[in-house]
Amino acid sequence: MKILVTIKRVEDYESKIKVKPDGTWIVTDGVNYRANPFDEIAVEEALRLRDANMPSEVIAVSVGSELSVNEIRSALAMGADKGILVKQAGWVDSDAVARCLQKVIEREKPDLVLMGKQAVDVDDNVTGQLLAEYLGWGQATFASKHESLESAEEKAKKPGVKLAADKASVEVIREIDGGLETLSVKLPAIVTVDLRLNVPRYASLPNIMKAKKKPVEELDPKALGVDVTPKVKVLKVEPPPARAAGIKVPDVAALVQKLHSDAKVI
Amino acid sequence: MAQHLLDLFAIESLWTEEQRLVRDSVRRFARERYAPVLQKAWDDERFPDELVPEIAQLGVLGAQLHGYGCAGMDAAGYGLTMRELEYVDSGLRSFASVQGALCMYPIHAFGSEEQRERFLPRMARGELIGCFGLTEPDSGSDPGSMRTRAKKVDGGYVLDGAKMWITNAPVAGIAVVWAKTGEDASSIRGFLVERGFAGFSTPRMHGKHSLRASWTGEIALEGCFVPDANVLPGVQGLKGPLSCLTQARFGIAWGVLGAALSCFDTAVAYSQERKQFGKPIAGFQLTQQKLVEMASGIINGHLLVNHLSGLKDRGTLTPTQVSLAKRDCVRTAIETARSARTVLGANGIMADYPVMRHAQNLESVLTYEGTHEVHTLALGRAITGVDAFS
Repeated sequence: MKILVTIKRVEDYESKIKVKPDGTWIVTDGVNYRANPFDEIAVEEALRLRDANMPSEVIAVSVGSELSVNEIRSALAMGADKGILVKQAGWVDSDAVARCLQKVIEREKPDLVLMGKQAVDVDDNVTGQLLAEYLGWGQATFASKHESLESAEEKAKKPGVKLAADKASVEVIREIDGGLETLSVKLPAIVTVDLRLNVPRYASLPNIMKAKKKPVEELDPKALGVDVTPKVKVLKVEPPPARAAGIKVPDVAALVQKLHSDAKVI
Repeated sequence: MAQHLLDLFAIESLWTEEQRLVRDSVRRFARERYAPVLQKAWDDERFPDELVPEIAQLGVLGAQLHGYGCAGMDAAGYGLTMRELEYVDSGLRSFASVQGALCMYPIHAFGSEEQRERFLPRMARGELIGCFGLTEPDSGSDPGSMRTRAKKVDGGYVLDGAKMWITNAPVAGIAVVWAKTGEDASSIRGFLVERGFAGFSTPRMHGKHSLRASWTGEIALEGCFVPDANVLPGVQGLKGPLSCLTQARFGIAWGVLGAALSCFDTAVAYSQERKQFGKPIAGFQLTQQKLVEMASGIINGHLLVNHLSGLKDRGTLTPTQVSLAKRDCVRTAIETARSARTVLGANGIMADYPVMRHAQNLESVLTYEGTHEVHTLALGRAITGVDAFS
């Protein structure tokens, strides 16, 4: 089984993000970068599926600047077998990323593509869906599972996305409003993953040492025939409004009154 | 905009991409898995052994060694591992130091191939915990005066003596014990004493005000027979234990910078939040001076251990260089912890913040693996050519 997993370089959520004074983007000086946490869950799931269905291969793909090779290496250090970087400096919108991935997938012909449901930088939550559309493949978004992240199944590192016995489809449990839905998706397919699917492993030191020997191929969007000119224009970036101070209410009656008249939630 | 200290002086740019992955992975483990159980372990005066399988899974144990299931990391990668462990607690770093540098290293460096195969993979997997027996009740800075004796008998040696202040001893499955086979220090040999050998016991020491989240015990040897197959063949004399200490001190120099960083980060954050006289105390000159002194020390320490790592990778590291780094980094760390405590005022003594715990731990680190004073004399001898010991 060949599994392709995407990994995006994003701002570390522990960094303090400030908006540039001219409102064009955020201040990137002094900001740390890391792999998108949802993508790390996708990598973990890919590794579990691989290990449960050997022989299999996991390819980690990133679209971004040359620095994104760091995030590919982190996926390789977790255990992925090889990496592909589609190198493009500057901001690339989700549509361009989906079209770059489409070309890589047409070449690599994976059986399954696992992706974070969204990246924590711009929170678009569209790349997986666009990619499925461009490829004409089935998709299952927000993959999750019944078992808790404290369960024995999770500790045994069992995959939550399950390959059918005939290897022609995967069963995906997905989070929907009010519960969980189970889908069977014909392969090849796109699966995007949610937070409660697994707990990603820590890259072990021996695996980090091995990762440097694993191949990372660099590709150019132009050579792939993809025009990465953004379709989405960033008009303005502004910080969320500062939260107003809370108030104390004397009793439940006053609270209910406030929820009704001020907050307008009841 | 406030910058993080290590960005301010471009310290983190010193590391390779691989070393950063190591740093991040160990950091995540230490802060996400170890930190949550630390306070309870501290209160109970125990090391949380239940995390050993995870520590081993991460590849921390013997990470600087090559082969036998070890990671084979370069010096700075290993150093960053120690720093990230000690950012959380010196007890965690001590556990890794003792296992990797004081037990696995001598087996790797001085053991037979059979001994390496027999012990190292299990130690790397955390299935076998090691301890290191050199210090005795009446023999600390002067290890040549040790009283533990190994008497040659048919098929092995019989050991008699007592070791004290031994990290990991109560839970160790193997002890690297140094004992004299004759009268003088040149007769010292290393013995691999296994749990279950008759006459080997490891009573636990209680009542510590420092390194509480760490096992400390004694090693009692009463007519303990050790077969020839468990004697380290590759070394004799004080060089054996001292070369282990050089390895461990290298890790300490790096590690304590983690404790210092933890105190510094806490002090900076606290000074920005805490308001007195209508403004954050970060705005007071005396506070700023304290923070700047801490920052300078930590940055100097990083440059020192980075250079030390280069020397280690090139194979030219000397014990004197390690003495200087251990001495200087520990002094920086303990001064940082004490100063950070004053920035936090009364809150500084509370368990809600890590600084008092680090300050207490560092009192042990100041003394173990060569006291601050003895390192001073070793350096004094190197500089002047005059030996203050004799």
